[in-house]
Amino acid sequence: MDDLLREFLTETNESLERVDAELVRFEREPNNTNILGNIFRLVHTIKGTCGFLGLPRLEALAHAAETLMGKFRDGMPVTADAVTLILTTIDRIKVILDEIESQEKEPDGGDIDLIERLARRAAGETQAAPPLPQPMDLLEIHEPAENAEAVEALESTPSQTPHDERGERVANHSIRVSVGTLDYLMTTVSELVLTRNQLLEIVRRHEDSDFKVPLQRLSNVTAELQEGVMKTRMQPIGNAWQKLPRIVRDLCGELGKEIELRMHGAETELDRQVLELVKDPLTHLVRNCADHGIEDAAARVAAGKPAKGAITLSACHQGGHIIIEIADDGRGLDLARIRAKAIEKGLASEAEIAAKSDADICNLIFAPGFSTATRVTSISGRGVGMDVVRSNIEQIGGTVDLRSVTGAGVKFTIKIPLTLAIVSALIVESAGERFALPQLSVLELVRASGAGEHRIERIKDTPVLRLRNKLLPLIYLKEVLRTGETDGDHCFVVVTQVGSQTFGLVVDGVFHTEEIVIKPMSSKLRHIAVFSGTTILGDGSVIMIIDPNGVAQLLSRTMQTARDDAPELIERGQVEAEDVVSLLVFRAGSHQPKAVPLSLVTRLEEIDCRKIEISDGRHLVQYRGHLMPLLRLDTQSGLKQNGAQPILVFSDGGRSMGLVVDEIIDIVEERLDIEVTSERPGVLGYAVVKGNATEIVDIGHFLPQAFADWFRRRDVKAERRARTVLLVDDSAFFRDMLTPLIKAAGCQVVAVGSAAAAFEALGSDRRFDLVITDIEMPDMDGFTFAEKLRAMPATAGLPIIAITAAVSVDAIARGRAIGFYDFVAKFDRTGLIAAIKEQGADIERAA
Amino acid sequence: MTAMNDNLKLTDYVTFTTAGQLFGLPIERVQEVFRPSRITRVPLAGAQIAGVLNLRGRIVTAIDMRRRLELDASDEGGSPMAIGIESANESFGLLVDALGEVMKLPDSEREPNPVNLDRNLARVSAGVFRLDGQLMVVLDIDRVLDLATEAVAA
Repeated sequence: MDDLLREFLTETNESLERVDAELVRFEREPNNTNILGNIFRLVHTIKGTCGFLGLPRLEALAHAAETLMGKFRDGMPVTADAVTLILTTIDRIKVILDEIESQEKEPDGGDIDLIERLARRAAGETQAAPPLPQPMDLLEIHEPAENAEAVEALESTPSQTPHDERGERVANHSIRVSVGTLDYLMTTVSELVLTRNQLLEIVRRHEDSDFKVPLQRLSNVTAELQEGVMKTRMQPIGNAWQKLPRIVRDLCGELGKEIELRMHGAETELDRQVLELVKDPLTHLVRNCADHGIEDAAARVAAGKPAKGAITLSACHQGGHIIIEIADDGRGLDLARIRAKAIEKGLASEAEIAAKSDADICNLIFAPGFSTATRVTSISGRGVGMDVVRSNIEQIGGTVDLRSVTGAGVKFTIKIPLTLAIVSALIVESAGERFALPQLSVLELVRASGAGEHRIERIKDTPVLRLRNKLLPLIYLKEVLRTGETDGDHCFVVVTQVGSQTFGLVVDGVFHTEEIVIKPMSSKLRHIAVFSGTTILGDGSVIMIIDPNGVAQLLSRTMQTARDDAPELIERGQVEAEDVVSLLVFRAGSHQPKAVPLSLVTRLEEIDCRKIEISDGRHLVQYRGHLMPLLRLDTQSGLKQNGAQPILVFSDGGRSMGLVVDEIIDIVEERLDIEVTSERPGVLGYAVVKGNATEIVDIGHFLPQAFADWFRRRDVKAERRARTVLLVDDSAFFRDMLTPLIKAAGCQVVAVGSAAAAFEALGSDRRFDLVITDIEMPDMDGFTFAEKLRAMPATAGLPIIAITAAVSVDAIARGRAIGFYDFVAKFDRTGLIAAIKEQGADIERAA
Repeated sequence: MTAMNDNLKLTDYVTFTTAGQLFGLPIERVQEVFRPSRITRVPLAGAQIAGVLNLRGRIVTAIDMRRRLELDASDEGGSPMAIGIESANESFGLLVDALGEVMKLPDSEREPNPVNLDRNLARVSAGVFRLDGQLMVVLDIDRVLDLATEAVAA
């Protein structure tokens, strides 16, 4: 049933009860104008609402009754007859209401009989009509025979609600309760939950307590009660959307656009407090979509889209959260403009921007002081930026993310907890104190120890954890809270995610998860950003709730400062700029620093020298159940005689090799320009890394030494004719990296440094079977290069595999449009080989 | 009451000592006195905040009066008593060394701060009483609770 109608029924039934009572009083005190005023008002309201809801039958009845009462008010003598007549009318209204409740529409039929009588009475005719039976009788028989038509209509309707089941009625089923009462109930229940937890804690300590069983019951009942009370506070998200159709409609007029607003999941419920807090951010995002996202009709038609744009709002439950998505089918974010703006506004340096992935660039619009609209419209540019949207959502423990596809639109995804009052939290220990960490942002727990698989490593001063071949930046809770020095190897890493940022929070111990009631923090403590509140634990002690957002901000700040004074550790996934690579700098043999791209390195290990075996003149070590060959960079570098030998492990396709080094110096993020190439095998050349001339080691040279067949993979079938591949990459480093790799896949390679050189090569007599091109190149990028190839008849059919440092959804979409055979990340050697193979197999099949 | 003139108007003070100094608080601002237990230290909070504690389901912010008043903190025996104060719907507990008796004192005898009163004390003092053998400093509770909360970055 429609909410409006439901509310009307509840309200009208309440009013009618009052009218009944008032009328009876009025009959006794006909001169009491107060009572008459009350009745008049009630009936008038009913009439008004009926008119609004389109219930003509009720409206006509109420109108006639109102007219008669108006006469009373004007001084017409009140007679018992007249009162009876009004009561009869009210009974009729009730009958119709019942029918509306079960059928959701007014019953057919008319009330001309009653209306006429009311009118006659109002006109001053007394006794004109035969006396009516008493109201009580009326209720039972509905109406005497003269109203047979109406009664028949009522009875003939296939009503599924027999009158004796009135307990089921909607009208009696909902009552209005003030928000204050609900809030009070919520607080009380919260207290009850706490007390229950305390009791459970006590009983846990006494094994054979008599309290155990009743307490278990109390516990269950409390949980049910808590859930019930929470439910009373739930409201459909649609309530927060009500104003949006109007806003969008107005915006359409103002902006001269055509926009359709679609809403899905409006019935999804969430806590009213959260609802209130999410209203403004939602409105802002919708405005933003309408203003910046959706193009005007002409532009849309030109882009081959329907003239009418669409904004889609959807909501659904997921675990203890509600996910709200706001999507438009507009032009998507203009990444180039965001980049330029961010630099202009000083939000990030050019180098930092270059190092960011598209997703990170998109998220820049949430940075404080950012607005891409060059023209401040009255719609989006109201002084509130997207940063406010994000901070509002984060304040309620939510997150907001966005995805943008150029030309196809933007989608914002908001994830917020269903309720603010009670959350699930992980209780952790640091420096002897306990803290609560909202479960919402905890991804996983890792136990770190000196000997085990997960070991905290330090690269210079930055602690990191290698987790599934990713470097996870760590932050010690002790250091955050300044409660002590980090010590010991045994600790827990709570892998935490805030927005798109993932980091490890290092704590001394982890206890359990507990439903905690968030208590607001004292005003004297609110300035501490890393805490979001306080709570009382089951044992009665107060602990602080850690705000992962606060910690994340702190972490990015320290990373920032670290980056400012020296290029620092970057997670592998973030190293995506054209030529900026994370380099692992180490010393081996000579004093001159050496470097390899960090992304090629699988692990950093230290191996006990005693475990190193020599077989057939080669150094081997048992590593993860396999023998791993150890290689030295040159004859000068020797193995240590005792202690721990640091090695770099390179793994691929289930095989590993270790490169012996003397010392790992640092991880730096640097633009790699190999300035002097080397003739020496195993060295690609020299580059300036952090001010020092550094040897760039050619790992490709060492891999075949470890396993002669390293590049000869099982799936490499002998090819009938060696295919010739044209490799286009402006970076000499990558050309040198990839050439042996492609050769190993059984192809001949011609490597060139630019699109222009590529055209030259293609113009020669040489026949090429495949083009592998870098996307990010100066002068002409890979996309343009590919488009040019497609445009020329000689090369239109040439398959192209694109390699890129930054694989984004956007880039893939564009690549697909051009007709790339595949898109491979630069460091994904296996992927590249697979793509070359697959393409070869396709050709064979075709032939 | 009407017969009482200003000279005779009396105010009740809850008295306490901290670091040997006697203080008084107008009784209407005092909610209760209690023995604080299990105070949870709050990292990054100022030294004046001793921590937070649970008092019958309410969270109370405990203020270390020695540090708040910048009195001699060398005798760190811990302050065993607390005076509960409500302010702006929040609960505070002032940690003090010892509670004294409740004194009824005429307003007329309250003297303005001596000019040479310690600056830190003067900032939170609403006057002094000269009692037999010692001075009692009357505290202005709102000023006591007005802690400097300069933003701590972390």
